[in-house]
Amino acid sequence: MQKAVALEMKKVSKYFGELAANRDVDLTVYKGEILAVLGENGCGKTTLMNMIAGIYFPDAGQILVDGHEVVIRSPKDAFRHKIGMIHQHFKLVDLFTAAENVVLGIKGEGAYRKKEIGRRVQELADRYGFHLDPQKKIYEMSVSEKQTVEIIKVLYRGADILILDEPTAVLTPQETEKLFAVLRRMRDDGKSILIITHKLHEVLSVSDRVAVLRKGEHIATVETATTSAEELTEMMVGKKVELNIARPEPKNIRDRLEIRGLSMTNAEGIKVLDDVSFTARSGEILGIAGIAGSGQKELLEAIAGLHHLQEGGITYYNPKKDKPITFYHKTFERVMELANEGMLRYADGRDFTGKDGNGKALSKKTIRAQVEAGEVFFKEDEVINLREKTPLQIRELGVRLSFVPEDRLGMGLVGNMDLVDNMMLRSYRRGHSLFVDRKKPRDLAEKIIHDLEVATPNSHTPVRRLSGGNVQKVLVGREISASPTVLMAAYPVRGLDINSSYTIYNLLTEQKESGVAVIFVGEDLDVLVELCDRILVVCGGRVTGVVDGRHTTKEEIGVLMTAHGQAPDTETKEEVEKHA
Amino acid sequence: MNLFLTYLLSAIPLGMTFLYGSTGEILTEKVGHLNLGVPGIMCVGGLCGCFTAEQLIGSVPPVWLVTLSILASFAGGVLMGLLYSFLTVSLHANQNVTGLAMTIFGAGLSKYGMYNLTKGLLDNEASTGEMVEVVKKSTFLDATAYFRYPFANDEKLQYCGVMLFLAILIALICSWILKYTRVGLHLRAVGENPATADAMGINVTGYKYVATCIGSGIAAMGGLYYAISYAGTAGAYKDIEALGWLSIALVIFALWRPHLSILGSVLFGLLYVANSYLPQLFGWKTPLYATYLFKMLPYVVTIIVLIISSVRKKREDQPPASLGLSYFREER
Amino acid sequence: MHNVEKKAREPLFHVAKRDRIPLWQSLLIRVVAVLFALLLCTLLAYVLIGPKATPGKFLTQLFEGSFGTERRLWIFGRDTAMLLCLALALTPAFRMRFWNLGADGQALVGALASVYCMFFLGGKLPNGILLLLSLCASILAGAVWALLPAIFKALWGTNESLFTLMMNYIATNLVIFSITKWFYPGKDSMKEMAHGHLPQVYNQHLLVILIVLVLTALMYLYLYRTKHGYEIAVVGESENTARYIGIHVGKVTLRTLILSGAICGLMGFLQVSAFDHSVTAQTIGGLGFTAIMVSWLAKFNPLIMIGTAALISFLDLGGEQISTAFNVNSAIPSIVIGIILFFIIGCEFFINYKIKFRTAPKTKGGAAK
Repeated sequence: MQKAVALEMKKVSKYFGELAANRDVDLTVYKGEILAVLGENGCGKTTLMNMIAGIYFPDAGQILVDGHEVVIRSPKDAFRHKIGMIHQHFKLVDLFTAAENVVLGIKGEGAYRKKEIGRRVQELADRYGFHLDPQKKIYEMSVSEKQTVEIIKVLYRGADILILDEPTAVLTPQETEKLFAVLRRMRDDGKSILIITHKLHEVLSVSDRVAVLRKGEHIATVETATTSAEELTEMMVGKKVELNIARPEPKNIRDRLEIRGLSMTNAEGIKVLDDVSFTARSGEILGIAGIAGSGQKELLEAIAGLHHLQEGGITYYNPKKDKPITFYHKTFERVMELANEGMLRYADGRDFTGKDGNGKALSKKTIRAQVEAGEVFFKEDEVINLREKTPLQIRELGVRLSFVPEDRLGMGLVGNMDLVDNMMLRSYRRGHSLFVDRKKPRDLAEKIIHDLEVATPNSHTPVRRLSGGNVQKVLVGREISASPTVLMAAYPVRGLDINSSYTIYNLLTEQKESGVAVIFVGEDLDVLVELCDRILVVCGGRVTGVVDGRHTTKEEIGVLMTAHGQAPDTETKEEVEKHA
Repeated sequence: MNLFLTYLLSAIPLGMTFLYGSTGEILTEKVGHLNLGVPGIMCVGGLCGCFTAEQLIGSVPPVWLVTLSILASFAGGVLMGLLYSFLTVSLHANQNVTGLAMTIFGAGLSKYGMYNLTKGLLDNEASTGEMVEVVKKSTFLDATAYFRYPFANDEKLQYCGVMLFLAILIALICSWILKYTRVGLHLRAVGENPATADAMGINVTGYKYVATCIGSGIAAMGGLYYAISYAGTAGAYKDIEALGWLSIALVIFALWRPHLSILGSVLFGLLYVANSYLPQLFGWKTPLYATYLFKMLPYVVTIIVLIISSVRKKREDQPPASLGLSYFREER
Repeated sequence: MHNVEKKAREPLFHVAKRDRIPLWQSLLIRVVAVLFALLLCTLLAYVLIGPKATPGKFLTQLFEGSFGTERRLWIFGRDTAMLLCLALALTPAFRMRFWNLGADGQALVGALASVYCMFFLGGKLPNGILLLLSLCASILAGAVWALLPAIFKALWGTNESLFTLMMNYIATNLVIFSITKWFYPGKDSMKEMAHGHLPQVYNQHLLVILIVLVLTALMYLYLYRTKHGYEIAVVGESENTARYIGIHVGKVTLRTLILSGAICGLMGFLQVSAFDHSVTAQTIGGLGFTAIMVSWLAKFNPLIMIGTAALISFLDLGGEQISTAFNVNSAIPSIVIGIILFFIIGCEFFINYKIKFRTAPKTKGGAAK
């Protein structure tokens, strides 16, 4: 049976400066179908959808709704043509209630009565099987509740064409299934649904047809039933790619970082970490899986010394056994501290205590000379307590802890500074001079640009002008250049295209092979399962399990990601009741 | 007790100057724009109103004189607001710098205009900026009696003119609009999260322009109110700028709610005239220099309020989330 | 039919962010903006002042204000230096996004501290020691005045712009209080003091100008070449990054504001010891606000600030000259400066953004890829 056409795009193009985000894209959407728009990050999926939703205006081409050409200049125009978009970054006002967000922007509906609106929102939620408290404020909601509000917002406006931008990125597998069930119900209701994604298995499980985009161009639209993951990947990437990530067996495993019973509350007084314990080992990649906002960010930041802890300990085992102590990482005071603890010896095995054979204290000058001559060695690995240490103190203790934070331009780098100045962020304090030395950072910047193939005009370009992948290369490059013993990376491939992502995976694996303890926080379970040696699963700030990366499945992790294995809907229900 | 009443009847009317300024500023801040030009806008409002009064006095009935003067000051404020919104909304200019430039310009313009209006009425300025009146009152100052209707001849209530009640009315209406209407909801959404408001089909630019312009208009009326209705002296315009800064501070005190601003403005009024009443009230004998310590009071209290409001952080009591940031839709 | 509708409703142009603009273009845009502003000023003067203020006369008088005589040239130099000094003081604070609107107050208490020293110790100490003592007192007073808001900002994030602003008015009242209590009891202005005059080099202006120029160079080095300057830049760009690399944001805030206030205090000291030899509530006279403009217009770069300070002083003196020449009220400078500022603020848009008309992208499409 030939279905009716809901929406058609003809030769639509959009440019950002010199860059073509979309070129001559043709797309047809039928009524009562789920169309997946598939493509890599940065291929122009979102831009294309934004043009239908009225966020961007196309530079060329036509858009037809129900066979008539329309001009969509604003989201308001889009709603007039019954088109609604659910953005990846929720467009919600945190301070408002769910109901207030739903009616936002609607005019000419008669008087504004809060109660009446709340009732109608509740009605709509019930019809499609959502759980929602219309009077709950957005800032008190979980991610999946927020998404529910977004969908209801669009339905409330009577949308017949729904666009969902990466709706599953923030959901657990179970929540994803629930969402898909709702989407199917809407499709059967005669609505057209466009779902943007780069996850192949989701495409195959939910969509009726798939449109594939590559580098801003429309490659093909195929029936889901007649295609396969391999075919789609090939269309998406342009060439056949190995989906396998190399995972060498870990060697020389030793405990490097031990976390015991870590608990922390954030500025709003909410407990974000609750009795977290685990050990990170050298030569291993430890993955951390969990729904976004389950405490991953806070955990890494707490280890890096950015937060005040309520309880728990962080111990670092410095691999120093039988190595000479130097003043490069240690202050004189720290050397004496270690000497008093009986941690140091001379080459011939005698204890180094800072005293000569007769128990008389050596002069500062003698001690300095001995240390600088490399005559003083560690007896055992140095054990350092990192609890309540600031990032500065951690570095002064000689702990080489590198951290690639989630927020690259907001935390790891300074967007408005050039590459050279960004290289200095970690190292500018070196030496006693009042002035900064820009020579070494410049050399480092040149080296990273060369080694990691960073696409930039030169090392004096502000990093915010670089593309996402290049920004990440700069950040990871800098953190690795400090030759760390522990490397923590939070969502290091978010927003990167496949090639850049693999560069990053390879860098992490290289680090692991050279004996670094790598901690990798990821969101794509497929990658976690393929890359990591062990995977720590967190949920609501608690550790719900540690699994072996080689023998686990996504499903197992998915179950652990939701509160202690409970189905998520029972939890939401309880919350709704609590608020009612 | 009688003295306390006099104190109150002097402080409350003065406070209404702050109320005009802060109500206007709240409207502007609710759409995400910190307008440091309010002192300048109030100066211009005073000038426009006084100028209109000067032109019309004697030729139109008092009701029209008052109405048209108020409208003129409102219009002057709207024009200044238009300039501010053009620079900050359409041209994405830095709000702090634009606001300060507005204040420099507005204060200068008003000084120029008011000087011409009051020329010949005044003795030379004393170095502290205080002025001494020597000649008879000027023509536009005769309108003071009309503005103080209906209590112009009542010695105690003389300051409680129509514009006092207008200020309270405007503040209540603004509060109601912000809280209970669809327009208010949209307006707050623009200030909290313009990208969301935009995506929801709210005309962000339009709301920003309208709220800023009306806010500026309301603030401007405060300048007129102080110059004619409250002070009614030729040199009054010189105080307006300082009053404008306090109005901006009052916004924080009022937690961005115009109805709370009514209470705040009364308190600020009490503090501002404390030097003339408090010593008498408590029977203190104070030398001249001590009055200057009393004059610090409103500023010291403002600072204390600032500190307190920053210490207790409640989600609902914070400034609009996008305050001070310019919104550009295609930001990538 | 649809075509017609489309044409009518398509946006005429749209605005996009520029990546980068050549220096000469950005300068040209600013020069054009200033010229337009001056044009508007002349027209406005013609309307406000009357037919005697022809554009020609207006512009001549504007230039006369700064360059008319040698004496005016020196005053131009002095005004520029004093304005520059305050702008320099504000700059480190602004670079870390601390909106210090309190330069007026900080300089005023600096001036007041000097006057206290000179009034009570003048004649009892050798001039050199007296000056040194006054200098220290001024710097200390300015630093304390700036430190107060900084402490609360560092502790609880208290809004610094309003805090510093209120401190201005407290300073003003403190000055009048001091005058009526000590310096000239019962009056609100004081006589010039005989002691604590800054030595003159050539004339009373040159030494001050030289001091400020040295300060400019030092400030440039401090901001662009030292570790402190780098820390300020990082804190200003992103507090999160600062925390991430272990910069103590509160400490940097306090340190920077002490510096900012200290230079304001220095400016107050210079004003008293070199020129005024007394203090009034108007000693600084709103220069603190103008200095904010000077600093911002120069994009917080001390070297460019020399130029922007000169421009503002030029307009100020020119405006005063116009007031005298046409015998009108002294508010002209603020009006002229206000108008010029509007134009320069507005023209930033054309430097940061470009306007694309609807037909343009097609040609660009060919160039892409």
